Amino acid sequence: MLAASGMTTESRPILDVRGLRKSFGSTEVLKGIDFRLAPRELAFIIGPSGSGKSTFLRCCNRLEEPSGGSIHVDGTDIMAPGVDINAVRRHIGMVFQSFNLYPHMTALGNVTLALRLAAHIPRAEAVDLGRTALARVGLADKERAYPGELSGGQQQRVAIARALALEPRIVLFDEPTSALDPELVGSVLQVMRDLREAGMTMLVVSHELQFARAAADRVVFMEGGVIVEEGPPAQIFGDPQHARTREFVARIDGHH
Amino acid sequence: MTLSDILALFFNPEIAAKTSGFLVDGLWMTLLLCLVVIPVGALGGLAVAVLAALNRRWLNVLLVIYVDVFRALPPLVLLVFVYNVPPFAGYRISEFEAVVIAFLLNTSSYYGEIFRAGIESIGRGQWEAARSTGLGWWQTMGWVVLPQAVRNVLPDLVSNTLEVAKLTSIASVIALHELMFAARSAQQLTFNYTPLMLATLIYFVLLWPVVHLLSRLEHRRIAAG
Repeated sequence: MLAASGMTTESRPILDVRGLRKSFGSTEVLKGIDFRLAPRELAFIIGPSGSGKSTFLRCCNRLEEPSGGSIHVDGTDIMAPGVDINAVRRHIGMVFQSFNLYPHMTALGNVTLALRLAAHIPRAEAVDLGRTALARVGLADKERAYPGELSGGQQQRVAIARALALEPRIVLFDEPTSALDPELVGSVLQVMRDLREAGMTMLVVSHELQFARAAADRVVFMEGGVIVEEGPPAQIFGDPQHARTREFVARIDGHH
Repeated sequence: MTLSDILALFFNPEIAAKTSGFLVDGLWMTLLLCLVVIPVGALGGLAVAVLAALNRRWLNVLLVIYVDVFRALPPLVLLVFVYNVPPFAGYRISEFEAVVIAFLLNTSSYYGEIFRAGIESIGRGQWEAARSTGLGWWQTMGWVVLPQAVRNVLPDLVSNTLEVAKLTSIASVIALHELMFAARSAQQLTFNYTPLMLATLIYFVLLWPVVHLLSRLEHRRIAAG
C-alpha cells in the first residue's frame, strides 16, 4: 500500500477534484464530489448504475462539461477559462467500454494518429512510439491488423495502447471489460495489472470486484451522485462502514 | 415508311460522318462540365455538411434554408434564372459560368444532405475517442469521422454524381455547346435523327460504367448489412 500511503504525504495529487457538480437539464447527477488521486495510485469507483460514476469519470477530461466545482490534473486547472483542452487531454488517457477504435485504420494507425496530429511527433518517431505501446499490451505482432480482425480483448488492448502512447499522467477506464466475453476479460486485466506495476496512475469505473480486491489501492463507493464511502479494498469489501455500501457489496458479491 | 427509310432517318452513316466532329466538340464540353461541376458541387456539399456538424444555431438555420430552397427549385428553372437575371444587375456572365453557379447551388444541396447523413452515421464513441487523445474538432472530423462517413454513403455519392452528369444536358437550353446541344443543333440542321442517336449512344457508353460501379457498391452494401 505504498501508493495509498503517498496520499498522506505532501506529494501533489495527479487528480484533484473539489465540489464537482454536474446536471443534465434539471437532473443533478453529481452533487459535489471531492476526490484526490495520488501519483501511482489505482482507485476503483463502484456503485449502482445511475450513481454518476461514469459521469464523474467523463468530467475528468471534460468529455462531460462540469456544471460546477474544480478539477486539477497534475496541477493544471482544466476548467480555467482559456485552457487548451486538447493539450490537457493529451495527458489524460481514456479507455472506453466499447473500445471506440477507428475501424478504418490499422492497430498502429489507431495508436499513432494522436501522436502525429495532436503531439506533432514526426511520422517515423510516432511509429516507433506506437510500436512500443503495442508491445506493452502484448500486441506487437498485430500492428497491421484492422480492428475488425481483432478479438474484443485485443481491441481493448489496442485502445489502451492508444492512450499509453501519449504518455499520460493518468488513465481513466470507463467499464473497460463490460463489453468483453468472459474469456477475454483476463487479458485486459493483465495489462492493467502491468500498468499498475509500472506505476501508472489509474481511475477505474468497473464491476470487476475481484480485480478491485486484488489490485486497487482504494475503492470508492458512489451512489446518488455522491461518494458514500471510500477506503482500501479490505475495508470496503470486508468491513464497510456505511449501510448502503454493505448492501451494494453484498448484492454484487452474490452475483460473483 | 420502309425499313431503309427508318435507317436513313435514324442510322445514317453519311450524316454521322458529317456531324461527328460537331458532336465530339459537344462531348468535350460535356466532359469539361462534369470535370468542373461535380467537384465543385461535391466540395460545396461537403462544406455544407461539415458546417452543419459544427452545430451552431444560427449557422444551422441558414444552412437549412439554403439546402431547402435549392432542393425545391427545379434545376432547369434555376439555370435559366442564373443565366438571365444577373445581366439586369449589370453582371454579364458566360453560359459556362451560369451552368457552374446553378449546378453549385443545386447539387451542393443534394451532396450536402448525403454527406450529412454520412457524418451522422458515425457514433459519438468515435468523436469521444479522438477528442480524448487531444485531437481538435477539425482534426477529428477530417481524420476519423469523414473517412468513415464517406465510406458509409459512397453508393449515394456515386448515384448523385451520376444524376449530376446526366443533368449537364440541361445546359443546352442556354445554348452552351455541350453534347445535347450539339446533337439537337445537328438534328435541326440535317433534318435527321442520327446525331441524336449518336449522342444517346455516347451518353450511354460514358455513364454505363458508372451505373455498373454503382450496382456493385449497392450489392456490397446489402451484403454488409
